[in-house]
Amino acid sequence: MSDELTCPASGIAGRVARVIAKTQHIPVESITIDSTFEQLKIDSLDGINLLFAIEGEFDIDIPDEAARQIRSVREMVEGIEKLLAAKT
Amino acid sequence: MMRRVAVTGIGVISALGRSRAGFWEALKGGRCGIGPMTLVPAGSVRFENGAEVPDYRAADYFDEKEAAMLDRFAQFALIAAREAVADSGIVFDGALGEVSAVVTGSCLGGKSTEDEGFRGLYEWKNTRFPPLTIPKAMANAGASRISLEYGITGPVYTISTACSSANHAIGQAFWMVRSGMVEAAIAGGSEAPFSLGLLKAWEAMRVVSPDTCRPFSRDRRGMILGEGAAMLVLEHWERARARGAQVYGEIAGFGMSSDAFHLTQPSAAGAARAMRAALRDACIDGRAIGYVNAHGTGTPANDPAEVEAIRAVCGDRVLVSSTKSMHGHALGAAGAIEAAATLLALKEGVLPPTANFTEADPACDLDVVPNAARTVAVEWALSNSFAFGGLNAVLVFRRCQQREPR
Repeated sequence: MSDELTCPASGIAGRVARVIAKTQHIPVESITIDSTFEQLKIDSLDGINLLFAIEGEFDIDIPDEAARQIRSVREMVEGIEKLLAAKT
Repeated sequence: MMRRVAVTGIGVISALGRSRAGFWEALKGGRCGIGPMTLVPAGSVRFENGAEVPDYRAADYFDEKEAAMLDRFAQFALIAAREAVADSGIVFDGALGEVSAVVTGSCLGGKSTEDEGFRGLYEWKNTRFPPLTIPKAMANAGASRISLEYGITGPVYTISTACSSANHAIGQAFWMVRSGMVEAAIAGGSEAPFSLGLLKAWEAMRVVSPDTCRPFSRDRRGMILGEGAAMLVLEHWERARARGAQVYGEIAGFGMSSDAFHLTQPSAAGAARAMRAALRDACIDGRAIGYVNAHGTGTPANDPAEVEAIRAVCGDRVLVSSTKSMHGHALGAAGAIEAAATLLALKEGVLPPTANFTEADPACDLDVVPNAARTVAVEWALSNSFAFGGLNAVLVFRRCQQREPR
C-alpha cells in the first residue's frame, strides 16, 4: 500500500506515519493508512505518548474524548484534518 | 495465637471537610466535594475540577515558622494524625513511644515544593535553591513530623506505591501490631497534588474527567484528583480494651499482589489475587464480605476490571461503592481516606453511596449503592487500592464485636 504514506512530502498521512514510526520505534514502511493501533501494537500508554507527539507535530490540541475514539491511522488522519480545518 | 488489631482513632482532612465528623456527615449524605480548582490558575489545564480541601489555611494549624517547614502534604499528614491521636486517647509516653510505629503512604511527597523551586531555577533564572526543599519534599516528611510530635521512636517509614501507597502503609502497620513487633501504630497516607507541573502531567495521561467522577456509570469520563490525608491509630486488641478505648473496628487482613501485566492497564486477575490474599490473611471466605469500598476511580478501564474481580472473589450479592465520587482520588492518601470511610460505615451501619451515578453500565453489574447511602449492618468489608505499575493492596475490616474476643 500506500503511496500516500510513503510519500515524504508534507501530506498529513505521511507526517502521521513518521510520528508513529518514531514514537513506536518501528519502520515507517510497516505503517499503512489502514493500520489499526492494535496491529501496530499501540496500547493505551503508547497512545497517550503518540497523541502528545501528534499535537506537537501539527500544533493542535486533541481533546480527551476525541482521542478515545481514534483506533487507526485513518481515524487519526481524519481527526487531524478536522482540527486543522477548525484552526483556520 | 495472633493478636487482633483494633482501630481506636481516626483523623481525616479531605475535600469533604477538615474533620472526621464532617467527612462522615458528607459521606452519609452523598455530598460531593468536587468543584472548580482554586490552587492553580483557571484554564491552565484541560480539566477544571478537583477535590480540594475547603477553606484550608495553614495558619489555622501551624505557626508561621512551622508552616514554612512543611509541604502541604506533610501538613495534612500531621493534621490527620493529631485528630486520630486525640480521638483515640492514646498517650505515647516514653515506654510506649519506643514500641510504636508510624507508617505513611504518599505517592508524590512534596513535589509541589520542588515544582516551585524548579520554576525559580528555570523560569526566573535563580541561581540558588530554597534550602528547605529537600526536607520538605521527602516522601517521609509527614511520617517524620508525626514521629517528632509524639516521640515515637520505633519503626517509622513511608511507602510510595502510587495509588496503593496508603493501603500498603496501613497493611504493614497492621502486620507489625498483629505480630507483636509494636504495641501501637499511626498509619495512613497524605497527598497534595494540586500544583501546575503535576496537573499538567496528569492532563497528559488523559485519565482525568472533564466534569466529575462517576464510578461505575455508563457515562463515566475519568477520575477527579483529590488531596488530603487520613490517619488511623492501631492498637492490639487487649491493650485497647484494657485502657477502655473506643474501638471503631478491627483490621483483620491484608493482601498484596502485582499484576506483572502492564504499567497502566488494570488487570482483573491481579486485583482478584490481592483480594484473595487479604481474605486468606483474615481467614475468611469471600462470600462473607458484605461491603467493598472499591478503588472505583471512574475511568473507563478501571471500573469493569474491578467489578469482574469483585464478582469472582465475593460473588454477585456484595454491596460496592466508590467514595472517590465524593472525596476525589487522593492518590497516596486514597486508601487511608477510604479505610476511614469503611471503618465508619461498619461502625455506624450505614454504607456510603457512589455519588454522581447516572446510568447503569452492564460491564459494572453489581449493586454500587447509587447516590443514596444505605442502612445495612455489615460485619466484614474490603477496601481495594490498585496502583499504576500494577501494584494492588487490599485491606479487610471487621465491625467491632460487642462480645469479648475469643
